[in-house]
Amino acid sequence: MPQLSQLALVIQSQWLWLLLVLAAIYFVVGRGIVSKVESTVDDRDARIAADLAEAQRLQDQAEADEEAWRNRVNAMREQAQGVTASAKADAQASLEARLAVVDTEIAARTDAAVAELDAARGAALAELESVAVEATQQIVERLTGASVAQAEARAAVTGALGHA
Amino acid sequence: MAATKIDPMHQFQIAPIGADELVASPFQFTNSALWMLIVLVVVVMVMWGGTRRELVPGRWQALAEIITNFLGDITRQTIGANGRKYLPWVFTTFMFILAANWIGAMPFALAGAHPFTVTSQFSVTWTMSVMSFAIVLVVGFWKHGLHFFSLFVPKGAPLAIKMFIAPIEFVSFLVRPFSLGLRPFVAMFAGHILLEVFGNFIVQGLNAGSAAGGFIAALCFVFIVGMSGLELLIGAIQAYVFALLTAIYINDAENLH
Repeated sequence: MPQLSQLALVIQSQWLWLLLVLAAIYFVVGRGIVSKVESTVDDRDARIAADLAEAQRLQDQAEADEEAWRNRVNAMREQAQGVTASAKADAQASLEARLAVVDTEIAARTDAAVAELDAARGAALAELESVAVEATQQIVERLTGASVAQAEARAAVTGALGHA
Repeated sequence: MAATKIDPMHQFQIAPIGADELVASPFQFTNSALWMLIVLVVVVMVMWGGTRRELVPGRWQALAEIITNFLGDITRQTIGANGRKYLPWVFTTFMFILAANWIGAMPFALAGAHPFTVTSQFSVTWTMSVMSFAIVLVVGFWKHGLHFFSLFVPKGAPLAIKMFIAPIEFVSFLVRPFSLGLRPFVAMFAGHILLEVFGNFIVQGLNAGSAAGGFIAALCFVFIVGMSGLELLIGAIQAYVFALLTAIYINDAENLH
């Protein structure tokens, strides 16, 4: 077993080189590179966590924005419906008012026209009567030679007209 | 054709480099020292990817991060939040043993470079386990003073049992540095002897020139392929066990029960 038989000869150099190599690994790699690697991993984990938190925040914000937008749209739609309804009601009201005005005007003009017509008919009848009275007086005078008083003729005419 | 003499111990022989024969000097450069330096270079190269510090790691950097996280988890889970300061040593033991075991199992001999498994020398593994043990003692007495001896006394047990258990616990504590260093040494020692023996069977079977010899050689080749895979697994497990036990022992000193 060379490990035993050579021990006395090699132990010093074994120790020296082993300690040199272990010290090099310990200080250069164990304390140097490993610390760097650990901080790199920690940085990356922290960055990933921060990015995830930021993404979550943005998503929450987007959802809140969408909610606010939806509320605004709903409010505006309600407002628009209100405006439409009130406009409709206004139009209805003004239409009725104008119809009422026009109705009364038409009624008034109709009444005036009827009255005028009546007056014209009265005047025409009066004219007709006076013409008939005069004609009656002259007809009686020609036929009988007697002159009839205007009042008497008028009564006769009125009676005849009333029969007619 | 010379009959091959099986000498499975030859592979554990330390040979001088740049000198004719071994002398008892710390500055003697040997094949063992050479392969320790190769282990160092490999460990540094593997972990060098971690210095890139990219936000999105490539394969190299990811490898360094996986190793770091693996050992960081071991120390944190075993020792707790205070375990961070022991990570460099746990890392050093794990990476040194893993790299030494695996490099020793590589078939570089095909290209003429016979790899020397430095972890098959108990002078190496026991030095490392004594260092782990020294850390435990220093931390334990530094943090807890003489109160550290309460580690050997089971909590909540009757006095008679305490008197009985404490010496046993004390002995088992003192055995730790030996058992810790023995495990990786024995695993590599036995595994490489097995590979060497069966490797020689292949050569002898082929040299026999008979059909039976060829059959045995083929059988041994298949066996060696499987054994080499197992050897890689054992190499990783031994590195893991050493690092984990180091962390567990340090936890005893750091947190006492």
